[in-house]
Amino acid sequence: MKCCCLAAILLLSPCVPALSLASLETLSFANPQQETRYKKIIAELRCLVCQNQNLADSNADLAKDLRKKTYTMILAGQTDAQIIDFMVARYGDFVRYRPPFNPSTVLLWISPALLLALGLGILWRVTRRSRGTLSATDEAGKARIRKLLRKEREP
Amino acid sequence: MIPEIGAFALVVALCLAVIQSTLPLAGAARGIPAWMNIAKPAACGQLLFVLIAYACLTWAFVTHDFSVLYVAHNSNLNLPLIYRISGVWAAHEGSLLLWLLILCGWTGAVTRFSRSVPDQMVARVLAILGLISVGFLLFLLLTSNPFERQFPAPLNGRDLNPLLQDPGLAIHPPMLYIGYVGFSVAFAFAIAALLGGRLDAAWARWSRTWTTLAWVFLTIGIALGSWWAYNELGWGGWWFWDPVENASFMPWLVGTALIHSLAATEKRGVFKAWTVLLAIFTFSLSLLGTFLVRSGILTSVHAFAIDPARGIFILAFLGIVIGGSLLLYAWRAPAIRSVGGFDWLSREVALLLNNILLVVTAATILLGTLYPLVLDSLQLGKISVGPPYFNTVFVPLTIPLALLAGIGAVSHWKRDRAWRLAKILWMPFAISLVLGLAWPFIGMPHYSIAAGLGGSLGLWAIFAALQGLWSRTSSGQRWESLRATPSGIYGMTLAHCGTGIFIIGIAFTSAYTVEKDLRMTPGDEYLLSGYRYRFDGVEDRDGPNYRADVGTITVFHDETEVARLYPEKRFYSRQSNAMTEAGIDAGLFRDLYVVIGEPLDENGSWSVRLYYNAFVRWIWLGPLFMALGGLIAVSDRRYRHLASRRTQSPLPGAATSAG
Repeated sequence: MKCCCLAAILLLSPCVPALSLASLETLSFANPQQETRYKKIIAELRCLVCQNQNLADSNADLAKDLRKKTYTMILAGQTDAQIIDFMVARYGDFVRYRPPFNPSTVLLWISPALLLALGLGILWRVTRRSRGTLSATDEAGKARIRKLLRKEREP
Repeated sequence: MIPEIGAFALVVALCLAVIQSTLPLAGAARGIPAWMNIAKPAACGQLLFVLIAYACLTWAFVTHDFSVLYVAHNSNLNLPLIYRISGVWAAHEGSLLLWLLILCGWTGAVTRFSRSVPDQMVARVLAILGLISVGFLLFLLLTSNPFERQFPAPLNGRDLNPLLQDPGLAIHPPMLYIGYVGFSVAFAFAIAALLGGRLDAAWARWSRTWTTLAWVFLTIGIALGSWWAYNELGWGGWWFWDPVENASFMPWLVGTALIHSLAATEKRGVFKAWTVLLAIFTFSLSLLGTFLVRSGILTSVHAFAIDPARGIFILAFLGIVIGGSLLLYAWRAPAIRSVGGFDWLSREVALLLNNILLVVTAATILLGTLYPLVLDSLQLGKISVGPPYFNTVFVPLTIPLALLAGIGAVSHWKRDRAWRLAKILWMPFAISLVLGLAWPFIGMPHYSIAAGLGGSLGLWAIFAALQGLWSRTSSGQRWESLRATPSGIYGMTLAHCGTGIFIIGIAFTSAYTVEKDLRMTPGDEYLLSGYRYRFDGVEDRDGPNYRADVGTITVFHDETEVARLYPEKRFYSRQSNAMTEAGIDAGLFRDLYVVIGEPLDENGSWSVRLYYNAFVRWIWLGPLFMALGGLIAVSDRRYRHLASRRTQSPLPGAATSAG
């Protein structure tokens, strides 16, 4: 399904020639944890000049720069939060694929829970009402059976 | 001349669509058979003329008629024939034409396979499909004419987008569209039922067959898209929560809910109003998906304004279809009465829960997809909503769904007892928990608790489904009972197994996939997850409309050669851009996947990315099982036989345990 959006990328975005050439760089880290953190961060940050690609997958110059920046910050011992904050200060929230929690995104984050609660509330009401009709029909059925049995007994 | 015939055919089709959508509707309302009977020939005529238009555009592609603007933009003298044929749906205008053709195809199928449906209902259904068709024809003719000419014609075309030059993408859009558009039949049945006030078991049964069939195609279409992205984008991933992917996933989720709710409506006469609403939602999301992808609004809110004619038409059309059907619903739904009662522990409640979870998931994805657009257009700032958000909300909503599937499938309609369910289900539960948690010990490089739990969940979906089938049989006559089991049950079992396979695939891929970026000189080796990858260098090669660098990487396992991979980097000169073709050795338990990047020096060194993708095939195997299950369910003979009988809604007290 990426096809159509990618068609749009080809027309509109500056990372055209680099498209879908996975960004291949050979970096060395002090320890494997650093490498894991690096990969996680560049996967969660957006390439700002591309249609919808993270830093890890983009080969645009800006993405390369930001990857290098992330790399040097990790080597310099900065925490993940510090790196993200730096990027947000520079480029705004648009750079993060994980939107922050603030007044303008509060609906985005709490709506799933609200909708679920609403759905369960409806389920509760519907089922409670339906149980009522169930016992009513059960009673009616029992009454009918009793009547039929009585009829049978008195020929 | 041929392109003009195509454009003219569209105009004729529009006239027929107008007739198809008006007279039969009036005829059905007033009870005039002659007016109602016009629907079928009009629909067939419309199909014929749209087919002619479609053939004309294909002809223009095949014969390199670059005076047609659309062909000049999407084809080239060197383009292989198969991609000239699939090039018809490569961009906006042509894919709308394909949409329309498929709509007419579904309509034609309805005229052919609806002998058992009352004439009034058929007339209404065809008229509503005709109305949708009118909208699309107008959209094509007024804003997106695929037959537009340019003079003088260029000597050569701009070439097809290289990303689309892949067999996977040649068939992915048609499959997806067959699914999307198929839901229009479910929608038309729902609206027809609202108009006629007929919402009984027979209606649910007709509707169910069409819905399941559309769902099968959509399932295959989405899986194909994901498979293509994996093959073609060289990133080793299979889903990015891109708005375009979401656009196809939302109708699938709501369509899945619809299939389940239709089951309850057919068997027990409950949730009628809800089922109708779901049918409306499913089709609305299909329409929204088509337009989201095609209008350019996703690229940016401002792109929408560049071509205001299209944008306004789309908004108006969506408004009329969704708003109109919801108004009709609000007017007629209060009169709908659901009959059967049910208790807390019953299949009805399980299906309701299933519906709630699926719909909330779809609504969340819709919210995440549109939220940035809304914020941006209200000038409240630009944000990105990407995979971290979607995964955070998607996983907690779908885990209960998978748990529920096993319980719902074995529980009785109306009322069940907890101890009976426990007696049936404790064994599959215990087995899947133990096997799932033990699985990562076998043949995996390290233990992952997430993979173990995910494996347990997937196995539970499979074993519980199989146990559901088993519990229908009684000892001594297992074979007879299995033979007597309707194929709908087999379909459901298979589809539920498919979800299990899918879940296992996701769990193990996430836990055990490893990738490594390297600089490799010919002869260099690297050990990844027990496989030794040897880089043998890169050579030049020429394709029909591109030049390629082809790498060779040989992979060894336990000192024996297991695969030789040829990742490519292609340069399409006409569009001056490059594409990667990953080198992949597919396997049931692992894919070896390599991509080459760029040459680094004179010694033949290249940057290379190596992947070991665990269990990734299961992610597409699962949907394949689901689709197969859907097909088996549709083939159920009960539908063909019973559909011809005019059935009434089941009595309130008549409990059936058949699915």
